[in-house]
Amino acid sequence: MAQHKVNYTQNGGLPVALTSIDKIVNWGRSNSIWALTYGLACCGIEMMASGASRYDFDRFGTIFRASPRQADVMIVAGTLTKKHAEFIKRLYDQMTEPRWVISMGSCANTGGMFNTYATVQGVDRIIPVDLYLPGCAPRPETLQYGVMLLQKKIRANEASRAQKAKRLM
Amino acid sequence: MRAYKPKDDVQAKSYYTDRYYVSPQVPKQTPESDEVFNADLEAIKSKFDVSDAYIQVEQLVIFINASDIYGVLEFMRDELEYTQLSEMSAIDWLAKDNTFEIFYQMLSMNKRKRIRVKYFIDNGQAVDSVEKLFRSADWSEREMFDMFGIEANGHPFMKRILMPYDWHGYPLLKTYPLEGDEFAAWYEVDKIFGKEARDVIGPELRDTAKVDRYDSERFARLGHEVPKGTKITGNEPKSDQNYQEDGGVFLIKKFDKKDSVVIDDPQR
Repeated sequence: MAQHKVNYTQNGGLPVALTSIDKIVNWGRSNSIWALTYGLACCGIEMMASGASRYDFDRFGTIFRASPRQADVMIVAGTLTKKHAEFIKRLYDQMTEPRWVISMGSCANTGGMFNTYATVQGVDRIIPVDLYLPGCAPRPETLQYGVMLLQKKIRANEASRAQKAKRLM
Repeated sequence: MRAYKPKDDVQAKSYYTDRYYVSPQVPKQTPESDEVFNADLEAIKSKFDVSDAYIQVEQLVIFINASDIYGVLEFMRDELEYTQLSEMSAIDWLAKDNTFEIFYQMLSMNKRKRIRVKYFIDNGQAVDSVEKLFRSADWSEREMFDMFGIEANGHPFMKRILMPYDWHGYPLLKTYPLEGDEFAAWYEVDKIFGKEARDVIGPELRDTAKVDRYDSERFARLGHEVPKGTKITGNEPKSDQNYQEDGGVFLIKKFDKKDSVVIDDPQR
């Protein structure tokens, strides 16, 4: 005798849940956002703290991957220098579609306090950004909130449509 | 927005000049006031030309000829126990008399003394590398080349160390603008997308004081978010920040702010 309770009046009496392909695909996508580790500066420390046991990204299904081929979201955490700009573009191009980018902290958003010759004034000059997190550095709670907003954004999209390739130009 | 001021030569000229201002100097002592330094200086003077020498902040500063640098440092290392080159670099005096001042900071652990060796070179002149004497000079001389454009003769790998190899300009020169020249401003766009992408991507936003609440292309106003590119009127209603959609999420427990419990017991 099954111990769990089955509501036989729902779904035509079957212990199943009906849904659409979109929803089930998006459910899978939004709950297994693997992040490419991209700690460039002090924001990287907060990103690591978000992944560690106190804040625990694993419960969102977010696991840090050191390979762009296995990552869904790139969390740009820190100052992007002009020397490094070509590499962030190359790594972004190596990520498989669908892919997302979180720009974490003031430096990645706008260049921050580094109003100098050697700093890229915002990563959105190089790669398309989905989410900007303010702060210097943002707390791990902010990054968690950002990931949850990204999940919401993924769920809002149609999964079945051919993904429009994200390009700056 | 702030009024625009031309920044072509803003670094070249001093932003504040007071004709009666005399910059304060740390008092200098003669080398004779310290017997260790005096003995070292006499030893150096017996072999090389020393044009000037004084003690400042308990450190001996000597000025020598540019061609003697390898011999002086070798002599100091082997005979006078100054076994470490702590740091070396250049000072830009181009505006004053078209010269660079090169300094070498020497440390003796046995004597617990520091000597600064200095000399002047003309603009465009190269220095002699001391990389064969001190391994620390390897990266220091590369940095000096990177930042000032001063080459070191005899260096095994005279390339830029901090800036990219294809960089133009020497950032630590006084005439180099802090926010970069035309080349620096478009460096990453030119390199990644090509020059024709300049129109698409646009110039850098360098005004740190600029806040535009009607700009929905870059940042939305917190709590009043609108889709990207929407025309903002300023009368947008305040939207509640939710982690999840109102109807809940398939297979995921609904997170409701009102049902959440705030734990205020610090000893929980």
